[in-house]
Amino acid sequence: MTQPSDIQPDAAARPPAVSVADLTVAFEREKTRVSAVNGVSFDLQRGEVLTVIGESGSGKSVMLRSLLGLHPSHVRLGGSIRINGVDITRLTPDDLSALRGRVISMIFQEPSTAFDPVYTIGEQIVETILRHEEVSHAEASRRAKDMLDLVSIPSAERRLKNFPHEMSGGMRQRAMIALALACRPSVLLADEPTTALDATVQIQILVLLRKLQRELDMTLIFVTHDMGVAAEISDRVAVMYAGRFIETGSAEQVLLEPRHPYTRAMLGATVHGGMRGQVLQTIKGAPPDLRNLPKGCGFAPRCPLVLPACTLAPPPPLPLKPGHAASCLRLAAPAAVN
Amino acid sequence: MARTAPAAAPSLDPRDRGGPLQPLLIVNGLVKHFPIRSGPMGRRTGTVHAVDGVSFHVTKGEVLGVVGESGCGKSTMARLLMHLLKADAAELILDGDVVGPGGLAVGELRRQVQMVFQDSHASLNPRMTIADCIGFAPRMRGASRREVARNVDQLLERVGLAPGQFAHRYPHELSGGQRQRVNIARALAQQPRLIILDEAVSALDKSVEAQILNLLVSLKAELGLTYMFISHDLNVVEYISDRILVMYLGKVVELGPVEAVYSRPRHPYTRALLASKPSHDPRKRTLAPPITGDPPNPINPPSGCRFRTRCAFAEPVCERTVPPLAAVDDAQHAAACLMHQPGSGHSEAPP
Repeated sequence: MTQPSDIQPDAAARPPAVSVADLTVAFEREKTRVSAVNGVSFDLQRGEVLTVIGESGSGKSVMLRSLLGLHPSHVRLGGSIRINGVDITRLTPDDLSALRGRVISMIFQEPSTAFDPVYTIGEQIVETILRHEEVSHAEASRRAKDMLDLVSIPSAERRLKNFPHEMSGGMRQRAMIALALACRPSVLLADEPTTALDATVQIQILVLLRKLQRELDMTLIFVTHDMGVAAEISDRVAVMYAGRFIETGSAEQVLLEPRHPYTRAMLGATVHGGMRGQVLQTIKGAPPDLRNLPKGCGFAPRCPLVLPACTLAPPPPLPLKPGHAASCLRLAAPAAVN
Repeated sequence: MARTAPAAAPSLDPRDRGGPLQPLLIVNGLVKHFPIRSGPMGRRTGTVHAVDGVSFHVTKGEVLGVVGESGCGKSTMARLLMHLLKADAAELILDGDVVGPGGLAVGELRRQVQMVFQDSHASLNPRMTIADCIGFAPRMRGASRREVARNVDQLLERVGLAPGQFAHRYPHELSGGQRQRVNIARALAQQPRLIILDEAVSALDKSVEAQILNLLVSLKAELGLTYMFISHDLNVVEYISDRILVMYLGKVVELGPVEAVYSRPRHPYTRALLASKPSHDPRKRTLAPPITGDPPNPINPPSGCRFRTRCAFAEPVCERTVPPLAAVDDAQHAAACLMHQPGSGHSEAPP
């Protein structure tokens, strides 16, 4: 049995902060099986920021939640998830909850549902600290105030006494970040935390997250559908489609020199400045039904460059440049195509 | 594909009265304050200044983009124009006809002006088939069943849905993009002249959003439509609009042609809003947020200029004077900022 103390990073031989191997997540109910995540593998070092980009139904949020073990009982999980070297898929529920908040923490799109409406912000942060650490109530209160200062909430002392509904959307999002970071986790998961915010507030939160991530040397996994947000925050980017990473690389590689036909089509369909008067590129068809996935590449039914071989088996990731890979047969040497 | 210039759009519409130079819609002094009541007697304890003296016009054949943050009143404004909410004060003139008693009836306004909402699911009746949804209003206006059925097929075809495949389905069987196409077809069934699109593409995935935007652009050219396009997505608004109206806490702060507003924004709020757009290039990240804080509460908006509490250029005069929306650069481009008002007392103002 793994004790939570073993989970702390070992300074001598550091395993990757997050190491996911061949992760599959399926929801099973009677006769239907919805395959949301279909073989995702990646390693992240401490202090790296990975953004997972995908459209709705691509499996990005399900993948993120599985890193925290936040799934109902009818979920079938496969593969391994190692956080600082410990496989969390094998932990007992008690060990898992000791891990949550202390080693790995999460922020959500909608802070009003992440907070309990009948307790003040301060009470909730203090409770989290006391749950994980043996400190006095006074010490926890002091830390709660420091956390609000850290996320640049003005007049922190007074704000601790606020209930969640007494704060504006941007302020609540900052408070949720404070709550998530209260026990100084080394891994932070972020599920579209800026999507519901206004433009002027979104950029404030992105700049804040980037600053905190650097100062606290956290590993950040950020899920979004917005290319602009990905460009602002990521070191590395993974594009997800039908439950698989179809292209991975540095933010520059994926966003500026995309190679997979889906990534290219996605970026082509995204409206940005200077496109007035142009007909926008679109992608024909719709994403595959997760109850009945195609045997080969998930994008093959919509791909303009599809080959007969694409429909036989999912293409493996093909290294293109150091750190950049895409799962597409078209990118292989011509010999392999035939 | 080049888009037709707004002024050059031929006005073959028999309903056209004023000619191409008569604005399709003129809005003067639109005001809506919501009372806040509390306690057992429902005493009025405050007022939400949702829309506070908004005036503008929509030219025939143009796309007027409306941008602003949540709570700035852009959706309330759309509902007021449709008379879904009763305005406290307003003068609406649709192609020369004043809307209201003695002028154009509200029913006729609602026929000529149609609306498409953000939530494609909530805006369709779940118990009606797609064909019934689209044909409902024409049926109510007395069209025959056969006429309506033929018309519905044409409309479905026009918005890119095969009639044989979709006409008899129910809304929950469709994807978000398909439902939004149905909403557009339903709006078109009334042969509107102006369509108000309130965040109509905001809930869609990027690839679907692009399809709907392409559809809107081609429908506009084909049918000679005029759009009011409300969105918080600055890139999408820039793509589709000819002119831009920027709102902040119930007031218009800047209004002008899209090129001018995006390349030379004159109001500090517009500048901050545009600078807040994520960069799309990881090599050119935003280093510091252009403005701090959230928009203030419209229940107690600041006195004078409503943006002054977040403005880097605010001076004591901004607290006292409400800046009027006045021309900057040329007659087309207007901003409500004392820095551009000659003799306003602001140190940056021209003498």
